[in-house]
Amino acid sequence: MFWNTLALAIKEIRRNLMRSFLTVLGILIGVAAVITMVTLGNGATAAVSERIASLGSNLLMVRPGQRLGPGRDSAGAPPFKLADAQAIENQIGGIKAIAPTVSRTITVVHLANNWSTSVVGTTRDYFTVGNWRLAAGRVFNEAEQRSGKAVCVVGQTVRANLFGSENPVGSTIRVGRFTCEVIGLLVSKGQASMGMDQDDTIVMPLRTVQRRITGNQDVRMLLVSVSDGTPTSVVRRNIESLLRERRHITASEDDNFNVLDTREIADTLSGTTQVLTLLLGAVAAVSLLVGGVGIMNIMLVSVTERTREIGIRLAIGALEREVMLQFLIEAVVLSTLGGLAGVLLATVGSVLLTRVMEVPYLFNPTINILACAFSAAIGVIFGYFPARRAARLDPIVALRHE
Amino acid sequence: MGDGNSADAPLIELIGVTKTYGEGAAALQALRGVDLRVEQGEFVAIMGPSGSGKSTVMNIIGCLDIPTTGSYRFRGMAVERLSRNQRALLRRNYLGFVFQGYNLLARTSALENVALPLLYRGESVSRRHAAAREALAAVGLSDRESHMPSELSGGQQQRAAIARAIVTHPAVLLADEPTGNLDTHRSREIMELITTLNRDRGITVLLVTHEPDMAEYARRIVRFVDGMVESDRPRMEPA
Ligand SMILES: Nc1ncnc2c1ncn2[C@@H]1O[C@H](COP(=O)(O)OP(=O)(O)OP(=O)(O)O)[C@@H](O)[C@H]1O
Ligand SMILES: [Mg+2]
Repeated sequence: MFWNTLALAIKEIRRNLMRSFLTVLGILIGVAAVITMVTLGNGATAAVSERIASLGSNLLMVRPGQRLGPGRDSAGAPPFKLADAQAIENQIGGIKAIAPTVSRTITVVHLANNWSTSVVGTTRDYFTVGNWRLAAGRVFNEAEQRSGKAVCVVGQTVRANLFGSENPVGSTIRVGRFTCEVIGLLVSKGQASMGMDQDDTIVMPLRTVQRRITGNQDVRMLLVSVSDGTPTSVVRRNIESLLRERRHITASEDDNFNVLDTREIADTLSGTTQVLTLLLGAVAAVSLLVGGVGIMNIMLVSVTERTREIGIRLAIGALEREVMLQFLIEAVVLSTLGGLAGVLLATVGSVLLTRVMEVPYLFNPTINILACAFSAAIGVIFGYFPARRAARLDPIVALRHE
Repeated sequence: MGDGNSADAPLIELIGVTKTYGEGAAALQALRGVDLRVEQGEFVAIMGPSGSGKSTVMNIIGCLDIPTTGSYRFRGMAVERLSRNQRALLRRNYLGFVFQGYNLLARTSALENVALPLLYRGESVSRRHAAAREALAAVGLSDRESHMPSELSGGQQQRAAIARAIVTHPAVLLADEPTGNLDTHRSREIMELITTLNRDRGITVLLVTHEPDMAEYARRIVRFVDGMVESDRPRMEPA
């Protein structure tokens, strides 16, 4: 009986191909929208987490100025000095590495090529803190660091723009007004995500940058890598109290520096994108519901149109539930077809859109299965009323229907 | 199911059956107390002027409708006490109905139309089609099995409707003017077919007709006038 009814439903759907397609369109769009939104949202979340993770694990970023959002950065607040970094490293436990940094955007030149990039002055610990690995050459040593020698390690983007595919190690580049020897090449941290290219960088000893570029002893940011197993919150609190002391901040005054925990940023950002995903998904789900109403509408029209047919079926001995099943299956087949077509459309759409948005495409089986199941459920829910109406028809009245 | 289901109960028994359509001032009494007994194997013709209640009584006997008052017993079972589904099962298992209109499914081939009652009996596709072909052959429509109703003449549609009614080998064949759209030659063929079914397969036949010629095939003629049985007599044997 079930297979016969299924065959019947498919025949009926094919008989009214255009109408069936239009009916299904609502479900199709709804399912496609839900899946695409969730897939894009998940991709964005992954992109955010990935970028934060590539900054370094268990990382604290200490910067001058209050943490009141962007713009009100370090205005007025005194910068750090190298001694601050040394004090933190010596006096606070649970720290794997600490890198004082200062950076500037500068145009660098090699032969006929020039490129504007971010030059970072720091210590050897920077490579540990930021999870940087070398593709070629070496990083600067203690002696070069102390003396402020004009040596540098370049990122892949800088390499590509200045040297093409050549090995830059051993060559010299011009940085502003001085010449600098390239001693190392960094491994790429992967493609640019969310608009920022981490490979677009040149790393030099802190001393070199302070002396030849910024012209002062200032340190703009301290990057602190916390040892595994030590809670970042503890280290963070210790750093805060040490810095308050060193910066002579009285109990009644606020901090004139701020400590950012990358994990906290990651959580906040991915939390935001997740909420956004949920919201977009919910909006899309409403359109799925509207698609369901569309199915109900068409099924009701269909029941009216086929009153005579229903009358004949009932008159020759079809049971109420058999007629009901026929219409219910028709609705479910319609909505499930819509769901499957929606999955197809969503897959194509998501792949294209993730490419445009430069976020990773993550196939999410749960949402695909869920959307299909949901569309089938919509068929049952919105098909039930018309199907029941068909089954309850009085055969005599139905047979007289014109 | 039901009460009084005994072996010696008549196949069909109407006791004081009335049927009223509508309510109040608009009420129309289509049947005004009909008593009728039909035994297994009979061939009954129902005649009467238009609007006399022939189709109404056929609908009741066909378990499509129930009396307003009175009782209809099928094999001793009070049909008016059965549920909708139970009546559907009676129709499915015992009754074959040829409607006054043709009432074939549109955009469905003659073969599929005729095979339809077997679908609800749970027969396999091959058995359904084999039986449907046999029924179509019996009404002389073998060469039209893949035609849609819209591609059949009125008479051919009528014959397909008869094929659909007999495809299940029902205990009772109810035919509401089965020859209304056929020429005399075809009508005679159909009546001979029905007579054969009645004689050889023992199918009980109730047949509504306007034409005295067709009523001649029956062995008993019931005449309706104004919602009541006016006369009920065996067909006069030609001398
Ligand atoms: N569903 C209905 N609602 C209201 N009145 C009806 C209904 N069906 C039949 N009637 C009325 O009941 C009366 C008997 O109708 P019925 O169809 O039984 O007549 P009939 O003897 O079959 O006539 P015909 O020979 O024209 O087919 C008629 O007056 C008709 O108008
Ligand atoms: Mg009639």
